[in-house]
Amino acid sequence: MRYSGLRVFAQGLAGNRGWKPVWRRPEPKAEYDIVIIGGGGHGLSTAYYLAKNHGLRNIAVLEKGYLGGGNVGRNTTIVRANYFLPGNSEFYSHSLKLWEGLEAELNYNVMHSQRGLINLFHSDGQRDAFVRRGNAMLAQGDDAVLLDREGVREKLPYLDFEQGRFPIHGGLYHPRGGTARHDAVAWGYARGADRLGVDLIQNCEVTGIDTRQGRVTGVQTTRGPIRARQVAMVAAGRSSQVAAMAGLRLPIESHVLQAFVTEGLKPVIDHVVSFGMGHFYISQSDKGGLVFGGDLDFYASYAARGNLPMVEHVMEAGMTLMPMIGRARVLRSWGGIMDMSPDGSPIIDRTPVEGLFVNCGWNYGGFKAVPASGWCLAHLMATGAPHKVAEGFRLDRFRTGQGLMDEEGTGSQHNLH
Amino acid sequence: MRLSCPCCGPRDRREFTYYGAADYLDRPAPDAGLDAWDSYLHLRDNPAGPTRDLWYHDPCQSWLQVERDTVTHAIHSVAPVAGRRA
Repeated sequence: MRYSGLRVFAQGLAGNRGWKPVWRRPEPKAEYDIVIIGGGGHGLSTAYYLAKNHGLRNIAVLEKGYLGGGNVGRNTTIVRANYFLPGNSEFYSHSLKLWEGLEAELNYNVMHSQRGLINLFHSDGQRDAFVRRGNAMLAQGDDAVLLDREGVREKLPYLDFEQGRFPIHGGLYHPRGGTARHDAVAWGYARGADRLGVDLIQNCEVTGIDTRQGRVTGVQTTRGPIRARQVAMVAAGRSSQVAAMAGLRLPIESHVLQAFVTEGLKPVIDHVVSFGMGHFYISQSDKGGLVFGGDLDFYASYAARGNLPMVEHVMEAGMTLMPMIGRARVLRSWGGIMDMSPDGSPIIDRTPVEGLFVNCGWNYGGFKAVPASGWCLAHLMATGAPHKVAEGFRLDRFRTGQGLMDEEGTGSQHNLH
Repeated sequence: MRLSCPCCGPRDRREFTYYGAADYLDRPAPDAGLDAWDSYLHLRDNPAGPTRDLWYHDPCQSWLQVERDTVTHAIHSVAPVAGRRA
């Protein structure tokens, strides 16, 4: 069923009784050309683009829980292309362009809102770094505007500009940055992939990866064995466990990143505001809740919940930046499990097992990457060559030391990003 | 989360700094080769469940090996790295 304003109107008149389930619930077949492990944003977009861009049809996405039940529903929904390093910047630029056409492409409302993102700076040195980053963004073909203090005040009058520790000197404004409805992205890709004939199989946990003579031959699942010529591991949050089934150790350490949402309020924060020095960022959802988060708890964890010291730190940073939010009541908090790579950049590559691919290591940046990640993994699997905007996301870059993409400049070592 | 420092007793998590997996205790020989160093520096089992990792207790400046659970955050044991049997 194609969605349109007219259909919403007609369904409204008919009591909304004509809506159909959006995707099928097929039984797994004994064999597919391609099996994708993980029915989150990245896995679903990979399946969609394999079918859409490359004409492949015999594809299954295996999800151990329900579609979009992992990190794609646990992020803070920010979409941006403000990366600095070659390798990263063209990838996220490509992703943002896909975002801008995504609703028309999928015929699905993902509530993509380009409300603008502002990164604040607090010193001359930081200003110089943001000028440099802004120039890199412009050179990439994206947009960046340097705001002085008054420029920031015009957009964000509610900030405390004179705070003692981090007085606000200005900000780097990225007008095309913004947010999207995270669940809708997963649902939109799921619907699109299903319509192209991809089997989306839920409640189907992969329990083993079969190989023969260094080549992948299929997977074992809780719903029986499935043969496949190609298998992609797209299970960020559990990447290490999935890879271990194929005898691989990944350069990944899993950490917990907490996020928070307040009760619904009238519109008060029009942009995405990022306060890097305080490890705090915030936006307001269309429902009215203030959605905000901070830094990692900084210890390996799969608990999907954090500890109180980071909660306190995030609240303090928020109060420092915008004292007005002290009156808002926090409704919920949660934690996402981050695939942290040593250099803070992701991996989309082949593995030493022929026919087995890996897409992991998204650190804090996985949500905005969903369209391009699927686009590029599909390209790699279908053509055998990496897509030109994802050539740098190599699995072996840590081993060789070549092509490390350390956006923060802190070093290529676990626990530094 | 609280950890029991062998020197100082049970202390708040904020007094401790996490360093990483206990893999760091098994430093390869300088000439051990690329694979050994890659494994030491980058590759991790990254278990969901019981794990061993290294923490630093800032007040008493001791390195600690902690056995804990990454899913429940339960701490099973805390032992000093210094004086351990190789």
